[in-house]
Amino acid sequence: MRAFTYERAASPAAAAASAVRMANAKFVAGGTNLLDLMKLEIETPSHLIDVNNLALDTIDSMDDGGLRIGALVRNTDLAADARVRRDYPLLSRALVAGASGQLRNMATTAGNLLQRTRCPYFYDTNQPCNKRVPGSGCAAIGGVSRQHAVVGGSKACIATHPSDMAVAMRALDAVVETVAADGATRRIPIADFHRLPGDTPQIETTLKTGELITAVTLPAPIGGIQQYHKVRDRASYAFALVSVGLIVQRDGTGRVALGGVAHKPWRVEAADRELPHGAKAVAGKLFADAHPTEENAYKLTLAQRTLAALLADARA
Amino acid sequence: MDAFKEFRLTRRGLLRAGAVSVAAVAAPEVAAAPTATGRPPSHASIKLRVNGKEQELTLDTRTTLLDALREHLRLTGPKKGCDHGQCGACTVIADGRRINSCLTLAVMRDGADITTIEGLGQPGHLHAMQAAFVKHDGYQCGYCTSGQICSAVATLDEIRQGVPSHVTTDLNIPPPLTAAELRERMSGNICRCGAYSNIVEAITEVAGSAT
Repeated sequence: MRAFTYERAASPAAAAASAVRMANAKFVAGGTNLLDLMKLEIETPSHLIDVNNLALDTIDSMDDGGLRIGALVRNTDLAADARVRRDYPLLSRALVAGASGQLRNMATTAGNLLQRTRCPYFYDTNQPCNKRVPGSGCAAIGGVSRQHAVVGGSKACIATHPSDMAVAMRALDAVVETVAADGATRRIPIADFHRLPGDTPQIETTLKTGELITAVTLPAPIGGIQQYHKVRDRASYAFALVSVGLIVQRDGTGRVALGGVAHKPWRVEAADRELPHGAKAVAGKLFADAHPTEENAYKLTLAQRTLAALLADARA
Repeated sequence: MDAFKEFRLTRRGLLRAGAVSVAAVAAPEVAAAPTATGRPPSHASIKLRVNGKEQELTLDTRTTLLDALREHLRLTGPKKGCDHGQCGACTVIADGRRINSCLTLAVMRDGADITTIEGLGQPGHLHAMQAAFVKHDGYQCGYCTSGQICSAVATLDEIRQGVPSHVTTDLNIPPPLTAAELRERMSGNICRCGAYSNIVEAITEVAGSAT
């Protein structure tokens, strides 16, 4: 691990200001992903701004019936919150499908959104990776790619976003609240928060330098049957090959978002509209522009079959 | 025969003596050496309450909680397995919750209350979970055991607090104490010897006597 200086931020705006003022600074909250990457010298911040003492760890009910989830709410606490379990079961299910009990006790809501890919070529510093060293190339393209993105990728990157929670947030139309160094606040719909790789896969979100996530809000509950099914190489504590987050109403309408298939949680509103017509119709829209490799084309079938199983369960 | 007694070192004592002699040689080079990038190490002073005892430490900011416990406080119960949060051997209880001590910096835990396996119980007055692991043979090599036991103690608290898991069927009632729940909740603790079935038996026994 490279040496770094360390400070505890006094307020969200002060944290954001420090991140702009100090060269090569990073926020640290749970640390579960950042420290892992710092040990491997994939992340090499010169300065760490610890935001754990900021009072951003409450879940508040809002006047519009929604919830405002503080950026520092731990994954365990969010999954266990009675309002989340009752009104947003998809979110609770997605959270407990991810990581381990120990990690969920540490990992935060904001940090979960900012997780970096688990692409093995991103982790292997002996390999080219446009995300780790922009312009160096992509070893996953033409490499071992069974875990990689099938849709939304580019010639520069076919990495996937690893989060389960973010898939649920995408289906629930969450909004990310931030504060900038000058104190200005911003609300970013989750659909606009994560970027596709394009030519700049190292830029993963629409956050600006120093911008700090303060909360994630959920609109009023929309009910329906909410399910999250994660398909992975072992029954627990593994990243998704494919995951499906589904909300279905009594009339057959609903929303679907996928994990493990793209550089961001994958939702296509035109696919939602096909839900009354079954999994094949939905998958057709979700994967209209898919470019799988020979090794990961199975994900298209797997996602469709997983969705079909969830739809059958929902009807039962 | 008396002379023979003098050479009765414990394995741990021998390892510690070896580590000290290595450190004595290496220390002059390590002190204040710049890092590969030229950035000098940065230090910070923190306080921890570890197993009920107040501790003050001045550490390189890069020091993980695990290294602070093992290398600075000589608590070698928490083990360094993968050092990346994948194996669970480093599990300790921080402010009442189980965490991977390898994935948190000691400076981030300033003021925290830490319980390691040494603080749960000692020979002669074992914690119920430690005794149950012995009774049910919940280990072979023992390397993962201290993490398994800390994790198991905290897992039962999480179930009592109503924290759901991936296998919880109904999110709106208290999670049941089943083998399936325990296996899922303990999936962050890897045992390469494969003592899992005995570990589940040990935890089940403690859970049964606690409820």
